[in-house]
Amino acid sequence: MKLEQISIFLENKSGRLADVADILAKAGVNIRALALADTTDFGILRLIVNDTEKAKKVLKDNGFTVGKTEVVGVEVADRPGGLAEILTVMRDSGINVEYMYAFVQKSGGNAIIIFRFDELEKAIETLRKAGIRILRGEEIYSL
Amino acid sequence: MIWNEEFETLPREALEALQLKRLKNLVERVYAAVPYYRKKMEEAGVGPNDIRDIRDLSKLPFTTKEDLRLNYPFGLFAVPFEQVVRIHASSGTTGKPTVVGYTRHDIESWAELMARTLSCGGAHKGDVVHNAYGYGLFTGGLGAHYGAERLGAAVIPISGGNSKRQIMIMQDFGSTVLMCTPSYALNLADVMKEMGVDPKTLKLRVGLFGAEPWSEKMREEIEKRLNIKAIDIFGLSEVMGPGVASECIEEKHGLHVFEDYFIPEIIDPETYKPVPHGQKGELVFTTLTKEAFPVIRYRTKDISRIIAEPCSCGRSFHRIERITGRTDDMLIIRGVNVFPSQIEHVLMSIEGVEPHYLIIVDRQGSLDVMEVQVEVSEDIFSDEVKVLEKLGRRIEREIKDLLGTTCKVKLVEPKTIQRSEGKAKRVIDNRKL
Repeated sequence: MKLEQISIFLENKSGRLADVADILAKAGVNIRALALADTTDFGILRLIVNDTEKAKKVLKDNGFTVGKTEVVGVEVADRPGGLAEILTVMRDSGINVEYMYAFVQKSGGNAIIIFRFDELEKAIETLRKAGIRILRGEEIYSL
Repeated sequence: MIWNEEFETLPREALEALQLKRLKNLVERVYAAVPYYRKKMEEAGVGPNDIRDIRDLSKLPFTTKEDLRLNYPFGLFAVPFEQVVRIHASSGTTGKPTVVGYTRHDIESWAELMARTLSCGGAHKGDVVHNAYGYGLFTGGLGAHYGAERLGAAVIPISGGNSKRQIMIMQDFGSTVLMCTPSYALNLADVMKEMGVDPKTLKLRVGLFGAEPWSEKMREEIEKRLNIKAIDIFGLSEVMGPGVASECIEEKHGLHVFEDYFIPEIIDPETYKPVPHGQKGELVFTTLTKEAFPVIRYRTKDISRIIAEPCSCGRSFHRIERITGRTDDMLIIRGVNVFPSQIEHVLMSIEGVEPHYLIIVDRQGSLDVMEVQVEVSEDIFSDEVKVLEKLGRRIEREIKDLLGTTCKVKLVEPKTIQRSEGKAKRVIDNRKL
């Protein structure tokens, strides 16, 4: 039920994002989704890729600090109010969203959103009870 | 004006006789009262009876900051503790400060020395001394304060910070003498400009600036922008605090060392041998009268030279040239001594932080700013921005707690800071002094 996400520490200097993309391209790793959080001094790049271990290894070999985090991929109805429904459920359960970002591709007719929750297990349980579809790792990596 | 005509103009011969008498007494006192000094002297094969000539000083072992650290906090005090009436401290090389103590007599001497310093700068009874040196453990504030009172001036103990208020008080109280770090003087000039205050409308006449290195160029700028005469003063807490040496307003060239209280030497920092007058080297001080915390041949790590030529002001004391550098990696940031090893100490105390760091010092406007770059290892990395920002703030806070000066922590990618090959480059100082 959980997805593996890798995160990469980037200094705010030109070309660093390109370096990451280049390293992954040469290793044949496909990026499925990404989000960049930035501050004045640094950024954190978060990626969902088709081969997490390989991506992690090649980036580390090239001197990047890489972390691995568990996140949840959720199917969201592609209509007004689709996202609101999910966020309402989480709010009512007292679960915080640390950050979230959308997938480019769709699952069936639905959008996919990646969530990083403060309480992962509780979040999965809550989503399941509310009948919201959570995507499995294999489904996402092979999209 | 010369504050103490009798002593400050003593012929060299009489001065050296006085120094010898006081040096003998110092060595006897220290040998008897401080086991650490006695042990060092015994190891060097020298004792109180070996001091027969002023040149015998060079037989005595040196004292370093490391000796002070090993005896933290009071191990080198040479009087019973109940005679100590004041304690000050400055930066140590790690987490602990360097501690110094004063007896009532030491405080009296210090006031005399600072009254001399103020007189050297042309201050006198009736002046309004605006003392913007920091009050506290730092020796600057209280040292200057007691001297100004001894002089008979009215002292405003304003301490550092809050520049707008400082300027308002200068205007309203009619401050005539400014005492602060040279960079703070420039900061005051900046703020005056912002406030639309013309320095020519103030009563300020002279400034006595010390506690950090500065240059002739900075002097010109301060004099022009504040419309005052700027005097360089010198001191360090291990030796006394301010009041060790001062420029005279007549020459503004070299700082007269108050040689009836302190003997200056210049040594070759490699061979430790004294060098001839005029030659550059490391400045070393011996305190002749201090009771609570005397030092013998204390290595300051400051680079200077002795100017032995007579001075037009009439003082017979030798002068030391304005400090031109350091033999170690100590930085002075806004008047606060900072050792890279202190920063390292803070970083090592935080779990997961690696000892790869770089200190970048710059001057923004007239204020020093320090940035500490820290590599982000996997142990401290997080996918959440707030976790990393919290870590940065924690390091900033802990450095401030230890050093008493603020810095900005910048997190950088791993392996971007040069690894040590022999001596690692820890500091980039971009200040153009």
